[in-house]
Amino acid sequence: MAEAALGLREGRWAPAVSGQRRLRIGRVLLYAVLSLFALYYLAPLYVMVATSLKSAEELREASIFALPHAAQLDTWRHAWSEVCISVSCGGMRPYFVNSLVVVVPAVLISTLIGAINGYALAAWRFPGSNLLFGLLLFSCFIPFQAIILPLAQLLGAVGLASTGTGLALTYIVYGLGFTTLFFRNFYVTVPRELVRAATIDGAGFFAIFWHIMLPISLPTIVVTLIWQFTQIWNDFLFAVTLTNGAGQTATVALGNLVKTSQATKRYDVEMAAAIITGLPTLLVFLLAGKYFVRGLTAGAVKG
Amino acid sequence: MIRQAFGRHLSALILAPTAAATLVFVYGFIAWTAYMSFTGSRMMPVYELIGFDAYTRLWQFERWNVSIVNLLIFGSLFVGVGLLTGLLLAILLDQRIRAEGLLRTIYLYPMALSFIVTGTVWKWLLNPGIGLERAMHQIGWENFRFGWIVDPELAIYTIVIAGVWQSSGLVLAIFLAALRGMDQDVVKAAFMDGASTLQIYWGIVLPSIRPAFFSAVIVLTHLAVKSFDLVIAMTNGGPGYATDLPAIFMYSMSFQRNNIAVGSATAMMMLCTVMAIIVPYLYSELRPARSAHG
Amino acid sequence: MLKIRFGFACLALAALPALAGPPTVEVLHFMTSGGQAKGMKSLKDDLEAQGGKWVDTPVGGGNSEDALAKLRTRVMGGDPPSSVQLKGPLIQEWGALGVLQPIDDVAAAGRWEQALPKRVSDTMKYKGQWVAAPVNIHRLDWMYANPAVLNKVGIRMPSTWEEFDAAADKLKAAGITPLAHGGQAWQDASLFEIVVASVGGPEFHRKALVELDNAALTGPTMKQVFDRMRKLRGYVDANFSGRDWNVATNMIITGQAGFQLMGDWVKGDMSAAGKQPGRDYVCANPPGGGGASFLFIVDSFAMFKSKNPDVLAGQKLFGRLMMEPRFQENFNLAKGSIPVRNDMKLDKFDSCALAARDQMDKSIKGGGFNPSAIHDMAVASAVRGAMTDVATKHFNSSISSDEAVQLLARSIKQARE
Repeated sequence: MAEAALGLREGRWAPAVSGQRRLRIGRVLLYAVLSLFALYYLAPLYVMVATSLKSAEELREASIFALPHAAQLDTWRHAWSEVCISVSCGGMRPYFVNSLVVVVPAVLISTLIGAINGYALAAWRFPGSNLLFGLLLFSCFIPFQAIILPLAQLLGAVGLASTGTGLALTYIVYGLGFTTLFFRNFYVTVPRELVRAATIDGAGFFAIFWHIMLPISLPTIVVTLIWQFTQIWNDFLFAVTLTNGAGQTATVALGNLVKTSQATKRYDVEMAAAIITGLPTLLVFLLAGKYFVRGLTAGAVKG
Repeated sequence: MIRQAFGRHLSALILAPTAAATLVFVYGFIAWTAYMSFTGSRMMPVYELIGFDAYTRLWQFERWNVSIVNLLIFGSLFVGVGLLTGLLLAILLDQRIRAEGLLRTIYLYPMALSFIVTGTVWKWLLNPGIGLERAMHQIGWENFRFGWIVDPELAIYTIVIAGVWQSSGLVLAIFLAALRGMDQDVVKAAFMDGASTLQIYWGIVLPSIRPAFFSAVIVLTHLAVKSFDLVIAMTNGGPGYATDLPAIFMYSMSFQRNNIAVGSATAMMMLCTVMAIIVPYLYSELRPARSAHG
Repeated sequence: MLKIRFGFACLALAALPALAGPPTVEVLHFMTSGGQAKGMKSLKDDLEAQGGKWVDTPVGGGNSEDALAKLRTRVMGGDPPSSVQLKGPLIQEWGALGVLQPIDDVAAAGRWEQALPKRVSDTMKYKGQWVAAPVNIHRLDWMYANPAVLNKVGIRMPSTWEEFDAAADKLKAAGITPLAHGGQAWQDASLFEIVVASVGGPEFHRKALVELDNAALTGPTMKQVFDRMRKLRGYVDANFSGRDWNVATNMIITGQAGFQLMGDWVKGDMSAAGKQPGRDYVCANPPGGGGASFLFIVDSFAMFKSKNPDVLAGQKLFGRLMMEPRFQENFNLAKGSIPVRNDMKLDKFDSCALAARDQMDKSIKGGGFNPSAIHDMAVASAVRGAMTDVATKHFNSSISSDEAVQLLARSIKQARE
């Protein structure tokens, strides 16, 4: 009964024989539930886009759910290249570029190191490697507010404070926990015999990594890249404390635009800027989303 | 044999930089914070130890007590509801749906946005005067009430709503992948034997995706700890300080109220709480893994 | 041999001008958007026109924990920004750490001592030396209303709290929200401070919130303050929680609400929307003791010591330009505040600004010119935080006035330890 209601008999494991009337209702219900959830997920995006396209009067008077009368695309252009953020009136563009310059290397490097680490932990166990993994995992849980002061002191001492390099280094170090986790969990599913056979054949540590492990871990690589990109691109705390002025990233610039206390708010520009800031990660998800699931299927998260 | 031993040593060597970085950037800094919590540091760090003063003062703050309770409520709900939502959606999406790709993208995209971006929108959506409640009134459902965000008792639950919105897509992806990667034969056999779908799910499917639970819990706990931006954007700790969380209290203490010692004590308490939950979980999950693959 | 030495000497001489760079100042501030940003831009343009170099480090968010966090990390990293937007006691707190740069010569040349009210100039100095420069004076305790609404309902701007209550009842009967308010902690606390000064008078405000006198904090007047806050709570609409202050101001403009008790940045917002005082809105002293009080807030920039000589030159240029009438006029016309110099003509300013100047002069003479505690002009941040917590908690819950008074005294005591 429950299966029928959920349409499950026709779903996953049912033999491909269909045609029973009451199961249709089950399927309808299934789609209805999924659509209701879809509304929950889409509502904020709709409000954001609609607000960014509205005129000033509409913002003041109409409901947040109302459709914009005419799409004021000019707001987007204004937010991208003209809006004044503090004393610079070049829009979000320069900060966007700053983010790219810091985020891309940080993502690539932390993923690469995570891959090698994961491989080392999975295929070449030594006494204490599981303990090390556990200690490394713990770094996923520290609240960044707690370590910002000693971090600033350390970076200042080595001359990297307020530089893009210092920021990228920070992102790499604090991303190692997750990247190592994803790769280690994947490599652990690779049969040990494969590694042993390769060793007997004369392959060394790096040869095995390069020729055997890396080629099959493409889905996991995608998962890690997506996760890292999202986390690092969206970071605010490290970016605001460790960058200055012209070197600030997109999230900081957005914060400067949006977080005002004693000035008039232009919600349409704010939403447009917010969407612009969110576009790279959104695009990454739209384009690579299915690889994300595929990568997870391949075992980035299996034991 | 020698190659194996050499490989193991090389492996340790390869991991050494990461280990060193973690030692300094994670554990070293935690130790610094711990040290600070035993000093009398105010605006700037002072290195003279004075004992448990910061901790006693911390527990006298009413706002601290509120934030601890909030963390427990929010944390457990966020992880629990997030797991359930993700699992439910994964199971539903797994039923050979048309437009699965589209739906999956819809459920997943919130993960891509940061709360500076969406926090304002959620604030509007949940505000009774301009959001959902008003919309319901406008389409005729006059008695609909949803003013949680302005109610000090209920506001914390709105944070869960927004938090689940952002993170459940990831949990969905994790579970969906696990479901897809499952061994089909056992299930088909049970199905043929006449087991009900519910029995199949409960008895076979869920246990076999247990590692996925592990990853999902780690990810959700990590996000719960980082929920600073979420609360700031939606309620800024309000109404009053009803949605205050330790991370916000800590930030405010350390940087705005010029009390590094109390801020550090707060951070240590947060860490201890997280440790108390995560360490046993990590231990229990990593041990069988060792024996299964050792 | 000689040729080589000569060559080196030439190189060295050629390099000399390159060693002395332009006066450079890195400005850490949170005036990141709207009229304030425009004001900062005009200062930047002035500075650069005089050969200076401006490095901008904006960190948004009014009360800005982020900016203060950043300042602290920069100081700890050994590289403080040249000039930081700091208010009131914070200047003293940083001064005590020995990191501020005196600029007495600029102050003397610009006759700052004569041009500023004494209470303001005291704040800009640490141990008698000028370490900061002010940009404006805001007044916190203003009451705004829409004359169309007042006419429609048949009320006048109240001058006592009884009249306010009567007006509020009439507004409620007409379906208009009596008090436009945004439920954010700092707004609740601002309202609280305005009520303290208007229910208890400026003398009481000073004793209780600036001097933190225990008798004043726990006495019957403070209880009356919380009673009044409880009454005001009944005058706000149901959706006030989390509302931004400028959305509340919009309620006044569109006639949905009767009064707003808030600082003069409200005026800045209304001007930006093209509204004019007298026609579209009116400004008045709050009821009761508000007529004698002026709760002042001064935005200012403190100079931090740097090893770089270009920075010292930059800071001096920055300070000098900031206190010049030209900048003071431009900046404050946009922001809603008034220039801090008392030797300037206010020809270009509107009637509410002129009223502010009058009120300022009057209150300085009468002793009602007091710093705002909630806006970081009077007490340490921890104490201000404690006041804010209690005010917002009382406003958003149903605790009694007695409980609130106890909580206030206790929290302030705790914060001072």
